[in-house]
This record gives sequence, C-alpha cells and structure tokens, in this order.
Amino acid sequence: MTRSAPRTRSDFHPGPLSPGAPMAQAETILDISDVSFSYGSLPVLRGLNCRVRKGEFLCIVGPSGTGKTTLLQCLAGLRLPTGGSVVFNGKTVTEPPAALAVVFQDYSRSLMPWLTAEDNITLPLRSAGIDRDTRRERALRALEEVGLVGVEKKYPWQLSGGMQQRVAIARALAYQPAAIIMDEPFASVDAQTRADLEDLTLRVRDHFGITVVLVTHDIDEAVYLADRVMVLSGRPATVADLVDVDLGQQRDQIETKAMPEFARLRSHIYRLIRRPAKGGVG
Amino acid sequence: MSGKGRNGVDVPGRILGFLWNAWLPVVLLCAIWFASAGSQSFFFPSLERVVAATWQIWFAGGGIVTDLVPSLMRLLAGYAVAVLAGILFGTIMGLVPVMEVAARPVTEAARAVPGAALLPISMMFFGTGEAMKLSMIAFISTWPILLNTIEGVRSVDPTLRSVMETYHIRPWHRFRYGFLPAAAPQVFAGARISFAVAVAVMVIVEMFGTPGGIGFFIRHAQQTFQVVPMWTGLVMLGFFGYALNLLFRVLEKRILHWHYAMVAHSQGGQQ
Repeated sequence: MTRSAPRTRSDFHPGPLSPGAPMAQAETILDISDVSFSYGSLPVLRGLNCRVRKGEFLCIVGPSGTGKTTLLQCLAGLRLPTGGSVVFNGKTVTEPPAALAVVFQDYSRSLMPWLTAEDNITLPLRSAGIDRDTRRERALRALEEVGLVGVEKKYPWQLSGGMQQRVAIARALAYQPAAIIMDEPFASVDAQTRADLEDLTLRVRDHFGITVVLVTHDIDEAVYLADRVMVLSGRPATVADLVDVDLGQQRDQIETKAMPEFARLRSHIYRLIRRPAKGGVG
Repeated sequence: MSGKGRNGVDVPGRILGFLWNAWLPVVLLCAIWFASAGSQSFFFPSLERVVAATWQIWFAGGGIVTDLVPSLMRLLAGYAVAVLAGILFGTIMGLVPVMEVAARPVTEAARAVPGAALLPISMMFFGTGEAMKLSMIAFISTWPILLNTIEGVRSVDPTLRSVMETYHIRPWHRFRYGFLPAAAPQVFAGARISFAVAVAVMVIVEMFGTPGGIGFFIRHAQQTFQVVPMWTGLVMLGFFGYALNLLFRVLEKRILHWHYAMVAHSQGGQQ
C-alpha cells in the first residue's frame, strides 16, 4: 500500500472559505421559502423561512417529533414540500440535487455492509463516471480527513459506531458537494465519540468552506456547532427564532461551552422550545 | 468451541462436523449391506450387487457420459433460466409494489399448482422433446426464487434507498451494489428451494419424455425388469444430488461471504 505524498489543503476541494470571511455578505446557497408540509390532513411544518448563506453552518433544533427530519427530507429533495419551495444553488429542488450530500443518522443502515469502506465511499463517484485512480485517491484523502487511515479495506461492521459514521462523513466529503445535510448524525454514538465527531465536522467545514445544515434535538450541540440556529417548535412546527451564534470561528469543547454567551444562547433556545408545551398544546 | 485458528478456521470443529454429518449414512449403509447380503429377492438385490453394477454401468460402462451428463446439462440450462427470470422479475416486482399486487393472484396460483400437473399441458404444446423438458424445469423452479427475490428487494432498508437517491447512484449500480446484495441472502434461500424443485422436475420430465437422461434410464430399467440397473440409477441420483448440493453451498459461501462474516462478527462481539 502506498501512502500519498503530503499536499496542500486546497487541492482536495476548490475554493476554501478564508477564515473570518464576512458571512452576511455571502450569497444564498439554500433558500427555504414559506415551506409547509402535511402528511395528508395532518400539518407538520408551517411557513418556514430561512436563507442559508454559502459556507454557513446552520443547525435546525427542535424537540423530537417536530418534523425536523421531514424538513431535512424536503431540503434534500427526498420529499416535496406541500407548500412553498426550496431553492438550492439557484434551482428549485424537485429531486435530490447533485451538489448536495446527506449524512444519515443511522450509519449502520446508510453504509452497505457488503462493500468495504473504500467501495462505500467510491460508489457515488463511480456512478458519476469518475475514473478509478481519482476515485481511489479521493476516498483515501477523505478517509484521512476524517481521521481514518488504513481502514479502507475493512467492512463497515468491522468498525465501531463512531468510525462508521466517519466513513459516512468521508463518503459525503469525497463526493465534493457544495453543501452537506446531516440528520442527527451523532445521536447513536457515545458522548466522547460525539464530541470528537462534532469537532471533526467543524474542522472539515473550516477546511473546505462547505455549507452544513445539521438537524439535532440537542440544544448544546446546536449552539456549539452553528453559525445560526433555526429553532422549530409547535405543532405544526414553525420557526420560533433564527438565533445568530456569536461564539467565534474557533470552538472548543471546554472553553466555548464555558462562555457566558453560550449559556445565554442555550437558555434562550431552551425557553423557546419549552414554551408551547407549557401552554398544554395538544 | 475451542481450537479456533488465527485465520478463523476451526479445524477440530470441521472434522467433528464432518463425522457428525457422516455417521448416519455410514450406519445405514452398513445395515443395508449386511441385511441384504446374499438376498435372493428379485426386487431387493443385495447392496453388494448394486454397488458392483453401479461401477459397471455408470463408471466403467460410461453411463455417466451417456446418461448423467445430458441430465446435468438439461438441469443447469433450465435452472439458469429460472434463476435469471426469478431475479429479474422478482426485482421489478419488489421495486414496483403496484406490479407485485397486480401479479399476486397469478404468482400465488402458479405456485400452488403442483408442477407435475403441468406435464400433460406442456406435452400438448411442446411435444416430448427437449423443449418440453427445459420449459418444465425452468417454469416450475422459477417460483420459489421469484417470490423470495420479491420479499428480499421489498425489505431493503428505506435509509439505503435514500442514500442511493441522494448520491445519484445509477440504476444499474443500484441493482448491482444495492438491491441485489441486500436481497442476496433471501435470493439464495429461494434458489436452494428452486434447485431441489428443478432436480425433481428433471427426473419426472425425463421419465415421460423422449429417451435420454437418468430419469429415462431408471424408468426404462424398471419397465424392462432390469431391477439391479434400476437401483443403480437411484444410487447415482443420490450421489448426484449430494454433489450438486455441496457445490451450491460452496458457491453461496463465496458470494455471501460478507453476510456470513458479518453474522459471525456480531455473534463474536456479544460474548
């Protein structure tokens, strides 16, 4: 097995975002406009609006059963909203957009157990008609990026849960999308692995200037990761608030979470989410 | 179980497994050998005579080439059609629930009709030659693999479907790397039943069709009162079935190696 030579950051993904670029001036990559969704006569989402900027890290947070996953499926083109529209890269989403990668919650079901880690990562590239050498190189780099070296010939079930989710993230990275959508990606791993994967996601985002939309029910996780948090609450779910998170570019599991601003945002979101339940809506 | 080597091959376990497999046939053979020794019965000749005649007719006399190989070819040709048709239509019906629902009365009815009952109809359309034999083997052994493929494809995880959609996996790749391997354990279970059915149908169509093949040999021997050769045909059929079954298992282990390794892995992880 040959190890690839050291390389610069920029040759993996074009156009890394310069750190500290003014977010407010960046163009919109994902426009959620007046999105509603009903399962038959049961309304789940009502009039959601949000413009996700290029390179932004948006977390969508809300209690279980608020329709977070439904929203994510609308964004990924796996479902069509019953009202409003989702525009990605200037095009209305009617099917999964090609420049979008999705990381699912359940890694054990999103990876193919009959393919090795490498083959799992390269299958989308193969379908895109990318040649064998480039596929392999991209897979190995993506694996290195997520901190997995030497596991490319392993099957997913030979890896721990955290490692499997890393493979799923590597698959998304090797696909070189403009944006990654993540559906509660760290919900099925232990706390330490979860913290590691959170930092990995932040590092990858910084590295490639990629736009990330991450769905979670964990308020701490949302605040820790996000540039902006979309708070969903109520039935049907509406946007209770879009909270700007001003905790700087560099986050740290201990220091960031000890900041007064972190605590303030955390309680602010917590109150927003709890409010409808106190009123006894049902 | 102890004695597991580094490469995962459990050598003492394998030998033990083989002995455990072999004890009953060995005991039965010995019992028949001694019980039938010196038999004067016309219908139940001694095993000694049957074994000697088996050697004479099938091995020394070239019966394997003239009667067994044609049967084997017929079986494999008919079975191959059944496997391909079963997987193809099973996948389509598994992917498109509407089609499965629309076709269900037909598949259920066709499965319920005993294969042998189709013999007169098939003879009416195709005569008694190869066309009848092959179509019977193919048609009747299609059903188990078809129904299992439908089930296997239908039960593919929705998450995996979403993955293939969002990553724009090509239709052929979805089939080859997604639905087919996901359904493979169930497809194989169906294929094994189909195979047993195919062997049975092969023997029956040969008994009723034009001369040739081991089925015809057995029936012809019986009708001409050659009782010892008739018994040798049954002995060969037993060997034949056993050998093909072994081959089948080797093939299954190869293709589903990931499945067996995964199962072994998860069981090993629980101790």
